[in-house]
Amino acid sequence: MNILEQLLTEAMQIALTALAAPLFVGWVRMLKCWSQGRRAPGILQPYRNLLKLFSKDILLAENASWVFRATPYVVFGTILMAGSVIPVISSELPLSASADIIALVALFGIARFFTALAGMDVGTSFGGMGSSREMMIASLAEPAVLMTAFTVSLFSHSTSLSVIVKYVQGLSFFLSPSMAFVFFAFILIMLAETGRVPVDNPVTHLELTMIHEGMILEYSGRHLALMEWAGMMKLFVFSSLGIALFSPWGIASDVAGVPFALLLVALKLTAIGVIVVLIETGMAKMRIFRVPEFLGTAFLLATLGMLSHFMLE
Amino acid sequence: MSAPALTTLGVSHTEIILTSVCALLLCGFLAPFFHNREKFFTSLFFPVIALASFVSFAASFLAVGSGLTENYLISAGLPGLPFHVRLDPLSGFFITVVSLLSFFVSIYSVGYVKTFIGRQPISVIAVFYPLFIAGMIMTLLANDAFFFLMGWEVMAISSYFLVLYEDRNPKNRRAALLYVVMAHVGALSILLSFAVMAGLGGVGQETFQGYTFDAMRSASHTPFWAGVAFLLAFVGFGAKAGVVPLHVWLPEAHPAAPSNVSALMSGAMLKTAVYGILRVTFDILHVSQLWWGELVLIVGLLSAIMGVLYAIVENDLKRLLAYSSVENIGIILVGMGLAMIFYFFHMPLLSALAVTAALYHALNHAMFKGLLFMGAGSVLHATNERNMENMGGLIHKMKWTSAIFLAGALSISALPPFNGFVSEWLTFQAFLMSPSLTSQRLNLLIPLGAALLALTAVLSASAFVKAFGVSFLGQARSKHCAEAHESPWSMRIGMLLPAVVCLLLGVFPSSVINWMSSTSSLLVGETIAKSASGFGWAWLTPVAAQRASYSAPMLLLGIISVLVIVFITLHARKNAIHRVPPWDCGYGGLTPRMQYNSTSFAMPSRLIFGFFFRLKETVKTDLFHKRSPAFPGKMKYSLRVRDRFWGLLYMPVIDAVFRMGKLTAKLQHGRIHIYLAYSFATVIILLLMVL
Repeated sequence: MNILEQLLTEAMQIALTALAAPLFVGWVRMLKCWSQGRRAPGILQPYRNLLKLFSKDILLAENASWVFRATPYVVFGTILMAGSVIPVISSELPLSASADIIALVALFGIARFFTALAGMDVGTSFGGMGSSREMMIASLAEPAVLMTAFTVSLFSHSTSLSVIVKYVQGLSFFLSPSMAFVFFAFILIMLAETGRVPVDNPVTHLELTMIHEGMILEYSGRHLALMEWAGMMKLFVFSSLGIALFSPWGIASDVAGVPFALLLVALKLTAIGVIVVLIETGMAKMRIFRVPEFLGTAFLLATLGMLSHFMLE
Repeated sequence: MSAPALTTLGVSHTEIILTSVCALLLCGFLAPFFHNREKFFTSLFFPVIALASFVSFAASFLAVGSGLTENYLISAGLPGLPFHVRLDPLSGFFITVVSLLSFFVSIYSVGYVKTFIGRQPISVIAVFYPLFIAGMIMTLLANDAFFFLMGWEVMAISSYFLVLYEDRNPKNRRAALLYVVMAHVGALSILLSFAVMAGLGGVGQETFQGYTFDAMRSASHTPFWAGVAFLLAFVGFGAKAGVVPLHVWLPEAHPAAPSNVSALMSGAMLKTAVYGILRVTFDILHVSQLWWGELVLIVGLLSAIMGVLYAIVENDLKRLLAYSSVENIGIILVGMGLAMIFYFFHMPLLSALAVTAALYHALNHAMFKGLLFMGAGSVLHATNERNMENMGGLIHKMKWTSAIFLAGALSISALPPFNGFVSEWLTFQAFLMSPSLTSQRLNLLIPLGAALLALTAVLSASAFVKAFGVSFLGQARSKHCAEAHESPWSMRIGMLLPAVVCLLLGVFPSSVINWMSSTSSLLVGETIAKSASGFGWAWLTPVAAQRASYSAPMLLLGIISVLVIVFITLHARKNAIHRVPPWDCGYGGLTPRMQYNSTSFAMPSRLIFGFFFRLKETVKTDLFHKRSPAFPGKMKYSLRVRDRFWGLLYMPVIDAVFRMGKLTAKLQHGRIHIYLAYSFATVIILLLMVL
């Protein structure tokens, strides 16, 4: 591909992350409404919410510092950056070389670090509680994330996402025991990292159960819009990561393949939405101190994946 | 990259560094004569030390860049054993680290030491501070065991007096005692290790020549004695580096010292111990057995995880930083352990990758830990407070300090684009290369180590969210924190410079790896410099671009451009910002005491990892109406967290020493004829043995 085509795919990748994320979340919410026997507000509702928030004035707590005001921009920037390195429509993504899977996890780390600081900035109990719990969940999820990355890189001899995508695409039949273990570990991690049931509930404002909502409780106006949008992109980015690692078929290697790739990505995301909603509807939110067991299971699965690669394959 | 060596100008790098060491020693000796002009003296004295450190930094930096090795003899010292001095890329690298940090800390000290004037005579700092720096550089330059131990002792003793500086606090006196005991247990172990290596060098006992590092290097050691020498050296240097379980002195002594000295102790002094381990295992003993690497790796992982867990539950800002030093030394050891394992299996490129990760982390840790200790010093200076439970809201009063401390916190939490991420990323890459080892056992176990390191990395981020969040954000929890003030300019500059270095080290890693390639060649005979920048300066590709790549400039540029675009787009339309009180659920009356504090922030970690600590938690309720819990009054919660190792490992030793002391005391009667009888018996026994 020449430079122009590369830039074009990159621009499309970034635009896809930013613009399709609310749509994906709208789809998930709609499914959830249906599964709970409620009427859905329509798949476009997240866009309307964002637009409304962008046009509102900001109520800023008296003692909020610059950290609080800078955080929405930093979080939005890092998550969008994370979205721009995952090769989900084309494996020839120029920015993909600037961060491998470990650096990608670190990008989420920046967003989490600043969100947690913003939670503590105003000095209310909810914010601090959310920050403390968020950091705990993150630290328990991290070993499982690394083990997953480790096992995936055992196959492809690389941590670079483009190389992994190309390697997995090259396999005609891809169902090994280790990949199956890692896939289940990844689902558990994804639920924890994106703050879904059973770890956190994205729709609750019930004070004792909220984690992510607790940290962003003081935000309003465009700050809140950016935080919400970044949260949607995070779910989208994790889903794309799942597609890139476990089901990369159809990801284009040139510009001509991009429209078809887009179609396939849309189909896969639709399916992922169904899976997420099935899990969320079938489970209740668990007590916060059950989360270590949940994430311990994820770690165990990923470790089993690694071991079975060494032993069986 | 090869920097222009000064040798082309006819100047020896070693001589320049030795000149600055002499200048530092001279500063130390002259200091007592100025005891009645303290203010003037401080403004003159610390810039001179900063200058000397900078000169030493420049010379060693250029020496490492050009990869040269210089041997030098100072005709002083023992008869038959002049001081052997050697500047090679390994010592040059560590001299660069130590003198760069000393340069920053000395600028900071101009303002910081002034705060002691009027409260306490500053001559103790003025004498021992330059001696401390000189001692570290002497240790690094030494090429024989005597000169090495001399530098080592100068470093240990001068830092002992610095730890003891605020001696009115009984805790500090206890910390200093513990420090000096551990330092000498370590020194004894190092001495024995040198003795083993020299005694088996084949030069013979008649001359002192066996004690030069050159002789030790060329000697052939039997596997058993090489193992003994390694173990002794690892215990000795490990005690200095504060590896678990020899770490208990570190969180006592580092916080007790004045903050500029804490910065040097954590940032620089620990690195001399890292240097010692590298020098002995790679350069002198050539890593001849597999278990060395395994031991270093396991001890490193243990230190990393224990260090960070204790850091999380700590409420004292400086003690938190000290425990985090234990963690970071652990990460450095992990890299070294991997390097040793790869080296044993003759994989020079992978070994170079791991050793570069370890060296890079040593450099990074010096910068960000120095910076963070200086930041804690500024807070201490402004609020007279080390306990985070009484801080809060300092970001409004100390804008510079808080921004700089945040940069340090981001670096130490291994977040891009700062430097901590680069070295942790390299360490992870080294871990990911372990499947190419031929040992099945290691293949299965090493990935678990990587998972443990990942856990450490996020727990450390958690500890620093707590440290920054509780002390700088929120509302002030005490009156003196509400009235805090910013530090003087010299302190701000002293902190700002290492923050800039942290960012540069994070954004331009391939240039730094190029610069230190000579060090890795000296240690493992290979370097990753060529492959690391094979994709261009902006990309870091440690093995090959296909394997893994990371580009901090790209990420930074990307994030900043998104930030700017979003900011401009959103500010095109003017939405008003109204300042309102925070949301109080409609009850009203939020007080600063309702905030999450340090203890509550750490509660989840304490609950999950509770078995690592010795916790004593008590809740006491005052009852209004006697005997009726239905009407509770004030509740009191107290928590004590103690190091498990203290009770497990140290108390038994201390008790045993006292028991032995009591036993030997039975020999003492204070009557002269009994002592004469002892001497008589001794002479008889000796005669019997000789005859």
